[in-house]
Parts: sequence; C-alpha cells; structure tokens
Amino acid sequence: MAVIALRGVKRHYVVGDITVRAIRGLDLDVESGEFVAVMGPSGSGKSTLMNTLGCLDKPTEGSYVLGGLETATASSDEFADIRNDRIGFVFQGFNLLSRTSALENVELPLFYDRSGSKLDQKARAKAALEEVGLGDRLDHTPNQLSGGQQQRVAIARAMVKDPAFILADEPTGNLDTEMSLEIMSLFQELNERGKTIVMVTHEPEIAAYTRRVITMRDGEIVSDEPVSERRRAADDLAAWRERHAGFAASGGLS
Amino acid sequence: MTASKLVRAATRSIFRNKMRSFLTSLGIIIGVCSVIVMVAVGSGSQDSIRKRIESMGTNLLMVMPPRGPREANRLSMGDVDKLRSESSYLSAISGVVRLSGVKAVGGSGDWSTSVYGVEPDYFDIKGWELGSGEALTSVDLQRRAKVAVLGSTVATELFGDEDPLGQTVRIATTPFTVIGVLVSKGSGNNGIDQDDIALVPLDTAVNRLMRNGNVQSIEMSVVREDLMDEAEAEVTAILTEAHRLSPGDDLDFDVMNQADIIATASATAETLTSLLAAIAGVSLIVGGIGIMNIMLVSVTERTREIGIRMSVGARKRDILLQFLAESVILSLLGGLIGILLALGISWALSAFMGMPTIVSVDVIAASVGFAAAVGIFFGFYPARKAANLYPIDALRYE
Repeated sequence: MAVIALRGVKRHYVVGDITVRAIRGLDLDVESGEFVAVMGPSGSGKSTLMNTLGCLDKPTEGSYVLGGLETATASSDEFADIRNDRIGFVFQGFNLLSRTSALENVELPLFYDRSGSKLDQKARAKAALEEVGLGDRLDHTPNQLSGGQQQRVAIARAMVKDPAFILADEPTGNLDTEMSLEIMSLFQELNERGKTIVMVTHEPEIAAYTRRVITMRDGEIVSDEPVSERRRAADDLAAWRERHAGFAASGGLS
Repeated sequence: MTASKLVRAATRSIFRNKMRSFLTSLGIIIGVCSVIVMVAVGSGSQDSIRKRIESMGTNLLMVMPPRGPREANRLSMGDVDKLRSESSYLSAISGVVRLSGVKAVGGSGDWSTSVYGVEPDYFDIKGWELGSGEALTSVDLQRRAKVAVLGSTVATELFGDEDPLGQTVRIATTPFTVIGVLVSKGSGNNGIDQDDIALVPLDTAVNRLMRNGNVQSIEMSVVREDLMDEAEAEVTAILTEAHRLSPGDDLDFDVMNQADIIATASATAETLTSLLAAIAGVSLIVGGIGIMNIMLVSVTERTREIGIRMSVGARKRDILLQFLAESVILSLLGGLIGILLALGISWALSAFMGMPTIVSVDVIAASVGFAAAVGIFFGFYPARKAANLYPIDALRYE
C-alpha cells in the first residue's frame, strides 16, 4: 500500500500581482519501506513539495492521501495531529530546543500526543535515543553535542512516535563528510528495518545512498528512477576513517 | 496535553531565563507588595484611631457644627451653659475651641502648636492627667485668666530643661502664665504627637484668640453607658430649643456618639487608604504591561521554538496555552514574592517604626487574583500572536 499518494497537486502563491506556480500538477506514490531522494535546483519546487508532504502547507489543488487519510480537507488542528502522529521531521538545521536535554527534545512529540496512550514517555524517548546510539547522552543539551549527534537526536525525535514516514530536509547540509556518512548510514539502517524515508537533498553523492531518486524542475517531476548502484554509507564511512587515520599517522611521522 | 504538563513546561521555560523572569515579575512584585502594605498601614491606623477613641470611654457625646461652611456654626457658649444646667444625664461637659498652627514663644524658644480653649471638665472627659502644676479651674474661666497648661512637647520646646511652671508663654502675642504640664501621652498612631498641645481657659481663648464667640465643639461624658440614647435625645432636644428650630427643620448641629466619632475620624484614613491602594493598583497594571512587553519579545525570540513545536504536532491552542501559562505563572510567582515581601515590610514597620499594620487575608486574596488576571489579560495578546504563527515561517525564522 502506498504511504504517500499525491494526485494532481498544485501549489500557487500570490505575491503582489504575480502568481508563482511552485508546483504545477504532481503525481507521486511512495510505497512503504522506500527510501526516496528528492533532488533539483533551488526554485524547482522541492521545498514546496516538502512542506506539502509534511502537512505544513496545504496544496492549492489536488489530493494528498497520507497512510490512507485524505489531508486536503483537514483543518489546522487535524494537520497538527497528522504531523504529530504520522510524520517525523528531520531538518537541515537540526531544530532542537536549545537549553533542553536530548531526552526532553525527543519527548516533545509525545508531549503533544493526543491518542491518550499511557505509554511511559521517558522510556520511549530513551529507547529512541539508544536506537540512534546516544543512550549515553540523554542529559546533554544541544550545545554539548556535535552536529552529527544533534542530528541523531533529531532523528530519534522523528522516530519516537513511529510515524508513517520520516521526512528529511537536507539532513546533511550542515554536516562535514564524516558526520554526513554517519547520518546516512543511520538512515540506511532505519530503512532496512522498514522505515519509509523521503529526503530532500541537492548532493548527488548523498542521493546515491537512497533507493529512488526523483528530480524536480520548475515545479514538475522530470525524472523518477531507482538507484542502480546503491552505495552503503557504512562502508564509505569505514573507508573514509581508514584513509584519514592513515593520513593523520603519516602526517604525524613526517 | 494535561494541565500539569502545561504548568511544568511553562515553569521550565521561565526558569531557563531566571534573571529576565525575575525582572519581568518585579513590576508585579512591587505592585502586589505595595497594595498589601498600603492597605495594611491604612487599616492599622484606622484600627488604632478606633482603639484610641474607645479608650476614652464608651460614654462620650460630642456636638459638632454640621459639615459645610464654617459660617454655619451656631454653637455658642450659651449652648454649653444651657446643656450644663438643663441636662440630667451628663456628668461632665466642656465647650472646645481649637486653633492650629499658633505661634507660642517661651523662655528658650518658639514653637508652632495647637491651642485648645477648654473648660475644667475637659480633663476628665479626655482622661488627661497633669505631670506637674495644676489644671484649669472654673475660677480661671470666670476671671478669663491668662493661664495655660502645656503638653510635654510644647513645654520642652519652649523652656528646654527649665521648669516651665510660673513662666510666661506668649501665645499669639498674648502673655499666659504656665500653671501645669500634662503627662506625656507619647506620639500616637499616624505619627501625630499628642503632646504637641496647649490648653487655655475657654473664655480666655474665645475673647483673646478667636474672632467670633462660637465654640467649635461641645464634648460631654454621660453618667452611665446605658443612658447614651436618652442623653443623645435630650441633648438634641435642648439644642433644638436653644436654636429655636421648629420640628422638621434641618438641624444646625450634629450630635455624635462614639460610633459616629469613630466613623468620622476613620473616614479620612479610609479615603487615604483607598487612594493609596488605587495608586498601588496602577503599579500592578504597569507591571502587567511589563509582562506583556517581555512576552512579546519572548514570542519573537522563540519563533523557531514555536515552529519546532508546531512541526511535531502542537496545535494553535497548545501554543496559546503555553504562553498564557507562562505569563500567568510569571505574575503569580511575582504575586507570591510580593506577598512575602509585604508581610516582611508590614512586620518591620510595626516592629521598628511603631506603625500599626493589619495585613488582611482578603487583600492578599484580592491581589493574587488581580495578579493572575493581569497575567491572563496581558499574556493573551502575545500568546495569540505566537499561536497564529504559520509553521513554515516559524521554522524558517532566523
């Protein structure tokens, strides 16, 4: 079953006298367990698509069915509930609450949970952090964590409510190579465990770790292809570390 | 989202910024504190006025001119004599004239004081005792003797360490011989020195110091407390006849018993208390504006946080309640600190400065309620502004 089904989605903005057609009629299906990269130059409409998929913005026209639920008619409260329940966000700038511990950050979606489930919030948040390898950093605030660790906290937050899919907006944009590889390897791991991930990126090297690449231009999808030579981020990370360990050693000897 | 979660989240973000939160609630702290202290001082002094009047005995009657222009006063020495001879319920009676701000010159200085023209009974009515010398006598009155009894403050100011008895004091240029000094009564409530007084015979005062022959009030003691109502009726009847008033005319005098005197005396204090409390109340509102100001800054500053919260599923209402809870808790905390501060100040005022204070639970409850209301009122606009942010814009906000 398709987790995401877009049909004829258009999004127009009126800026003064001009109507900007950010998305001009999109059809898109994402199946459960997919790992999709959305690429395209700036202005191609990928941010708008992102906002639409994330239920942060409503399409001007068309239908968006998320996990069997039509969102085109949802109110702003229903939108909030959908974001809480079905979507996990990972942003380029991490978007963690400052001066707030990793654990509390991960608990945040549970704070707004309306299902009335009596699950132990703390235990759940802790489990999510352990899953991203930060079980020993529960009480660290964002400024005590590296960028890669902050992004992992954000991923834990995205997963804590077990959403229909994870929506990542340039998740490696603020990270160096090593941290980027760490994050991508984490995403691949999560995907292999069955998580659906949609990721916006403009780096082809990063897109190469996904299973399917969608390219946008001028508000339309211009190509939609499976990744033929899929790379494993964990292997690349190991190779990178080896190279740099060697480089540091030789540098140290001379 | 439950209330306890809401309060916890709001408290957490208040304590994340301790200094700013404290400064923000300072307005409320000062407001609540000053309201409580003002009312405490006000009702304390009202209470001590009441106690002082009560301590003079419960059998007092007093005749005063009606409120209004001074010229309306028709009380005369004749009225006093008529009451003395005709009434059967009075044990003591004295006509009284009072001049304040009169310059008195003595052997070693001069002093501005209040001069009372009274009759010998006045000492009994007031329960005043002499420290040295003797009181005024009816002979002094008949002879219009130029003699004076001084309060201890006046005696000290005019004669220093010398014995004032037998010395001459010039009151408004007329020389008087000092025949007695009153026992010190100390400075009473509201800081008025009860020893700053000079007593002279009524007739002398009326003839030498006053422009007209009226008395300003007539003070009386009734023989027994249970005869107060009868005495009041009798005094009214005698004066009505003396002033040739027909039944149904407006009385040109007021007969007051102790309860009336207390009401009159504390009316001023009461007005003053309300006025001070109102001014203090204004400072509470100003404090509220301070909260609104900081909340607005906080909303702008935390736009990104609001965006994050919205992206993980906070509804508008959640954001609204969060900011509202913050401003209410901020003002309630301010209120709480204000109360503690007010209790401390009230205690200190009465312990170290001798000012009577009464802190009332009603006022505390009212000011806490008002603080909460201020929090809601001034927190609502910023909170609504936060709740109406658009998630995308809030997330992108730099």
